[in-house]
Amino acid sequence: MVPVTYYLALSAVLFVIGALGVVLRRNAIVIFMSLELMFNAANLLFIAFAAYYQNISGQIIVFFVMAVSATEVAVGLALLVAIFRAKQSIDVDQVSSLKG
Amino acid sequence: MEFSSPFPLIPWAVFIPLIGLGINLFFGRYLGEKGSGWLATLAAGLSFALSVWIAIALAANPVPLVATLAPWFSIGTFTVQWAFRIDTLSVLMMLVVTGVGTLIHVYSIGYMHDDVRHNGDPSRYPRFFVYLNLFIAAMLVLVTANNYLMLFVGWEGVGLCSYLLIGFWYEKGAEGLGNARAAKKAFLVNRIGDFGLLIALFLLFGAFGSLDFDTIFGHASQASQALVLAVTLFMLLAVTGKSAQLPLYVWLPDAMAGPTPVSALIHAATMVTAGVYLIARSQALFVAAPVAGQVTAWLGALTALFAATIALAQSDIKKVLAYSTISQLGFMVAAVGMGAVVAGMFHLATHAFFKALLFLGAGSVILGMERGHEAGHTEGHEDDFDPQDMRTMGGLFRRMPVTAGVYCVAALSLAGIVPLAGFFSKDEILAFAQQGNFAIFIVLAIAAFLTAFYITRQVAMVFFGVPRSEAASAATESNSLILVPLVILAALTLLGGEINLPGSVPLEHWLSHTLTQMNTVEFSLSVAAISTLIALVGIGAAWLMYSRKSLATAQARDPLDVNLHWLFLGMQHKWWVDEIYGFLVVKPYTWMSGALASYFDQGLIDGIVNGVGKINLWLASVWRKLQNGYVRSYALIFLTGVAAIILYVVFK
Repeated sequence: MVPVTYYLALSAVLFVIGALGVVLRRNAIVIFMSLELMFNAANLLFIAFAAYYQNISGQIIVFFVMAVSATEVAVGLALLVAIFRAKQSIDVDQVSSLKG
Repeated sequence: MEFSSPFPLIPWAVFIPLIGLGINLFFGRYLGEKGSGWLATLAAGLSFALSVWIAIALAANPVPLVATLAPWFSIGTFTVQWAFRIDTLSVLMMLVVTGVGTLIHVYSIGYMHDDVRHNGDPSRYPRFFVYLNLFIAAMLVLVTANNYLMLFVGWEGVGLCSYLLIGFWYEKGAEGLGNARAAKKAFLVNRIGDFGLLIALFLLFGAFGSLDFDTIFGHASQASQALVLAVTLFMLLAVTGKSAQLPLYVWLPDAMAGPTPVSALIHAATMVTAGVYLIARSQALFVAAPVAGQVTAWLGALTALFAATIALAQSDIKKVLAYSTISQLGFMVAAVGMGAVVAGMFHLATHAFFKALLFLGAGSVILGMERGHEAGHTEGHEDDFDPQDMRTMGGLFRRMPVTAGVYCVAALSLAGIVPLAGFFSKDEILAFAQQGNFAIFIVLAIAAFLTAFYITRQVAMVFFGVPRSEAASAATESNSLILVPLVILAALTLLGGEINLPGSVPLEHWLSHTLTQMNTVEFSLSVAAISTLIALVGIGAAWLMYSRKSLATAQARDPLDVNLHWLFLGMQHKWWVDEIYGFLVVKPYTWMSGALASYFDQGLIDGIVNGVGKINLWLASVWRKLQNGYVRSYALIFLTGVAAIILYVVFK
């Protein structure tokens, strides 16, 4: 079997890439994609441990996480549409009127 | 004589004036002048009646009695109670205070009626009687206290009343501030004395663990000599403040800015004698520290001489009497310092009578001068008319005969002419000094000569000769509310010698029940003859100098000025003591407070507080940069925080 540590490493790498994507990219849609990447990294971790400990709970949780992430993306995209209507741009650096 | 005992009523002697002042405080303006004045007089009179009753009951059984009213506080083993001590010494003081006090209340009803109109604020009338009653209450607390702390309460209370009454016309006086300044000066100088008394109390508590008289006096001989000396010297500081001795006498002449009844009651008869009472009461301590007694006696004698020299050259009628009071207090303090407590208390009582009479008489003269001034100047009110300036008086014997008559009686008593009261009391002090302490006797004898001189000078300038101004020639006699107390006091002055006539010495027997050491001397004919001779020479010299036509006008030079110009200048300027104090003490102190206020308070302290604010602002401006509005940097911060927590949890 593939050792669990490989899954952990992969999950960590995916998570970090996702996090960096959220922080470094200015396009809102790319940020959402990076966010999804972070969710999937977590999902991978759940699956890996579910298989390792032979416990079905991990897989159940993945279902929940996917449902929640879908919902959250829906809301986020609605927000994005509203911002585009206001600013004519999806650059998140344009949404900085709360600076102080 | 079947009296039910007055002793359960003892605290009422203090409460009745307090009730009187309470009613006057809240309802005085509805009572009218007659109402509020007579109410206050009734309160004082009831206190006097109670004191008389207590005295009679005590005479039947002269054992000291302690009436505890209520506990005050108790900290550990230190308990202080509100307890009244009724023994012959305190009852003597009670009688003097309430007796002379009631007479002065009656006098004030008439005097303040004129004074509030002269100063333009009739609505202030009840306030005067509130303060007078407060004074009676505080003074009674002082003299009937059974422990030093309660005595201190009374001590501070009379100081407060002195402040309130001197500054009664607070918006008047030189530059609209003079009276307020005089009141402040009195309070501050007294405070220095109070500091001395407090230190003495602390030392007493430290040594004896209690401030009750019985405890302290019972163990006085067992305490260390150095401690008792320190206590008595600090008490002496308090006495120099309250009883206006060198070096803290400077407030008393300024206190003449208050209305004349105040000068009579507080600054002649009662408050200033509190210091003498303190020493008399603490006799056990002074006996255990003879050095302190010597210092006290010399301080009193020197003050007596010093003040008498200043009184010689004053032109304000009340200032002469003020310095005379300081001088006579010097006699009393010297007496109790030498251990002659009976003589000191005798002089306290007779001095209360004749000095109050002198002050009240001076008040009558001042009112007469003001009436004369108003009669002559109906069109306007000249501000530079001073009704108290003796140089503008003269010939008032014809215009104000009753006042002149009683004033002369008091003057003769002050000079010490037999058979007036002042002769017997002053003679007793001189006799004691002559036998024990000859140097002090010489100093006091010179002071007695000067006393006779300055009072005759005053009588001659005011009542005899020719009137030196329109006001003096138009002056009129005062009404009976003013004259009756004067006559009563004159009778007391005439008969007061009976209190302690050599031979029967009733006061000596009265006080022997309280005092542990009775230091008295037999009547000495030689001393009596010497003192009478001194007095007659003084009177004669002053009479010759001042009753001839040499003082024909207000601008004429004072005969003393002609003969002793440089000395006269010094005496007239009070030996520049106020100026010296101003230079040595007040100026450096105000400089220091100015420096502290600007450099330390505004500079350093405000700087620190403002600095804290400024640092806050700076820090905030730094943190503010975090909130730049960019979502991405917020996300980065989240990330960093999560990473830090995870690292912490993993590597804990």
